[in-house]
Amino acid sequence: MPEEGMEDSKGGEERPKWNNKAEYLLTCIGFAVGLGNVWRFPYLCQIYGGGAFLIPYLIALVFQGLPLLYLELAIGQRLRMGSIGVWNSISPYLGGVGVASMVVSFCVSLFYNTIVAWVLWYLFNSFQEPLPWSQCPLNHNNTGYVEECVESTPVNYFWYRQTLNITPNMETSGSLQWWMVVSLATAWSIVYICFIRGIETIGKAVYVTATFPYLVLTIFLVRALTLPGSSEGLIYLFTPDWEILKNPQVWLDAATQIFFSLSVAFGGLISFSSYNSQKNNCERDAVLVGVINSATSIYASIPIFAILGFKAHTNYVTCLNGNILALTNEFDISDMNITVENYEQWFDSLNGTHPSRVSNLNLKTCDLQTFLDQSASGTGLAFIVFTEAVISMPGSQVWAVLFFIMLFSLGLSSMFGNLEGVLTPLHDLKLVPKWMPNELFTALICLVSFLVALIFTMGSGNYWLEIFNSYVGSVPLLIIAFFEIIAVAYIYGIGRFSDDLEFMTGHRPNIFWKVCWLVISPLMLIVVLVAYVAVQAQTHPTYPAWNPDYVNFPDTEVLPYPDWVFAICVLLSSVPVISIPLVAIYRLICCMSGRHSEDRLHNDPNPYANEGYVVES
Amino acid sequence: MHCCSHIILLFGQAICTVGDNCYRAVTFLKEGMLVWILFLLCQVGAPALAQDLCQRDAPNGYKVRISLKTALGEDAYEWNQSEMFFFQATMAFAMRRHFQMETYNVDNIILCVQTSRVSFWFVVTSPDNTTMLIPKADVEKAVRMSRHRINNAFLLSDRTLEFLGIYPTLAATVNPDTPPWLIVFGVVIGAVCAGIIALLVSSLLQKRRKEKGMTEDGQDEEDMQVKGVENGINLDGTYNRGFTDDDRFTKL
Repeated sequence: MPEEGMEDSKGGEERPKWNNKAEYLLTCIGFAVGLGNVWRFPYLCQIYGGGAFLIPYLIALVFQGLPLLYLELAIGQRLRMGSIGVWNSISPYLGGVGVASMVVSFCVSLFYNTIVAWVLWYLFNSFQEPLPWSQCPLNHNNTGYVEECVESTPVNYFWYRQTLNITPNMETSGSLQWWMVVSLATAWSIVYICFIRGIETIGKAVYVTATFPYLVLTIFLVRALTLPGSSEGLIYLFTPDWEILKNPQVWLDAATQIFFSLSVAFGGLISFSSYNSQKNNCERDAVLVGVINSATSIYASIPIFAILGFKAHTNYVTCLNGNILALTNEFDISDMNITVENYEQWFDSLNGTHPSRVSNLNLKTCDLQTFLDQSASGTGLAFIVFTEAVISMPGSQVWAVLFFIMLFSLGLSSMFGNLEGVLTPLHDLKLVPKWMPNELFTALICLVSFLVALIFTMGSGNYWLEIFNSYVGSVPLLIIAFFEIIAVAYIYGIGRFSDDLEFMTGHRPNIFWKVCWLVISPLMLIVVLVAYVAVQAQTHPTYPAWNPDYVNFPDTEVLPYPDWVFAICVLLSSVPVISIPLVAIYRLICCMSGRHSEDRLHNDPNPYANEGYVVES
Repeated sequence: MHCCSHIILLFGQAICTVGDNCYRAVTFLKEGMLVWILFLLCQVGAPALAQDLCQRDAPNGYKVRISLKTALGEDAYEWNQSEMFFFQATMAFAMRRHFQMETYNVDNIILCVQTSRVSFWFVVTSPDNTTMLIPKADVEKAVRMSRHRINNAFLLSDRTLEFLGIYPTLAATVNPDTPPWLIVFGVVIGAVCAGIIALLVSSLLQKRRKEKGMTEDGQDEEDMQVKGVENGINLDGTYNRGFTDDDRFTKL
């Protein structure tokens, strides 16, 4: 068997192995299932006409997501190396793809773990009665509540002031917020302890981090369905609006959602599958991971929207009660004569008899639909909307703790993949000095990441995080994925790849996979990439700033990015992918200048070459 | 009625100074009638006087608003004259408590403009002079001092028993010395650090043990590989020793 010889030729150093198949699958699923499944997909479902969104989503999954997933798992498993080694093996000119993956993984792990740190901060604060975001704090002389809190809401105040201590714009950097630094240190320590022994400890950790979110989602589902207003939220989410399918933006968002949700092009999946034995049915694994990821998204949106429906209902009732109290006090009507049910009749009769007095009250218009439309995604959903909903639920501490532990598990299991995409290529590049044990190297990487991520703990940290999220975690990934698929389908050759797959899974890939790899997926990627860049380039990018001195406070002030920030954005998008042409040019120059390139390539370009057969006489 | 007896006495005194001996019989009859008329007037006039003191938007009065059903739900009691009397008594108590020298009575608290909301206005008159009203500021101080007792008397709270114009003092939030989140953080980071140290130490020990026993175990490792155990799955097929890399041992 050729692979035995290849392994031992490296001086007896064994590649780590998964303890069992379940650990490998749970790790891949945990990597794919992340925060985006919980706070991005339900939002997209809602704004794009509920049930109708599932159609472009599932089409994108089948024709773009699954082929890419299968490709990455197969490549990693066959060539048994991290992303850099794999692409070096396929073609030395494409080594830059691996470097790009590594750089993107590093940048993403920086800001992703900061989000995990925020989740930890909220988790630590959930063990209090009452919850700190349920009421405004008093000002210094105890005469009233803090003005900023009164003008917005206690939940907003807790997020923007007591958590982020956000500055009014990007130019003001503010200082390091010590509580954020502490939370970030905790997050990186927990990541480190899971990475200490590589996949041995990761494999143990994923038993919890990959399965716990499902448990919590089920608990929330059962709880949410018993809350009033939950059915309205669900109807709102799933009512299909078929007209929306004519809007190309929907298809673009579905494709990008699937792509980013599956966490391809990070290199993490390649690393994970490289620890497998080669005789593993990666086709089944890929389909399983992809389907479970999408099923999780759909499953998660049900309790999320039930709870958002409950929140809208609560807000609606509060709004109505405010109006009822105003009317009752003004007209001295008996207490509780006007109720939510007969409000309309009372209002009409009072407005008919005393219109001037009623109009002087400045009653708010309370419309359930308006409250349901207050959708949010991302950190806004988790830290503002959901925390507000949790306050109204009986036993709020329990629900807050459960929710934030779930978010923490989701984030942590995705961090495993992100950091793995950085560590494994560095190991494979033999950049680790021989005297340095793995634990020390991992600690060093975690420490460096922690120090660099301190920028996100400053006052303006949230603004920078949004920049990283939009510019590093989007276009570079699309470009890398495109080069991956071209590399395997055309440079490595679909025939050779099919032989490898036959060797690993026992059968050749059927026509569907081949057509996808050769034509459909690259085409879809190019279209998505071009459309994405075109949409971004149309408007000068702006960001919402939280400025208490703004005229329309509590609305966020929309500010344009300053020029130097915009330059950084462009740099962030281009520097990871610049390595692809750079490495190609470098290799070309080396190739043309001399043919002493045996030492440069640690692995043979042809994986079938077996040193065991070299005749030494 | 205090005021009525005063007035009647004064008038009586005024009448009796005019001619002691003559007209005694006639004046006695006149006195009686006058007294009777004055008495009637007093009965009518006194409340009218009080009514002038207590009215909607009275400068020295406060409006009280009570929300029974909101506070007590099904256990809400009915608001009737007895409850109004209880309110007068409670207010008199509050005034007494604040102005410790003066003895306020139920009569000193005048209520008016009652609605079904339940809401009404009240004013407080001085115990020495019933035509004189206690200024608003003093009434406010008295209410603030005994607010908690007044609320509890009616099983209500600051929100459901409102004195319009007297804002309840905000409850000071409990600020513990160590913020609770620091405690949770301490527990978590302690556990993580302990875990890191434990794992590092055990890795170190494992490595030392491996280095010591490497020469003896070298053979065993190769046998494991030879038996084709990988990922816990036994590879099928017989392993062909012809392809093992035993060049290590047999140098040609």
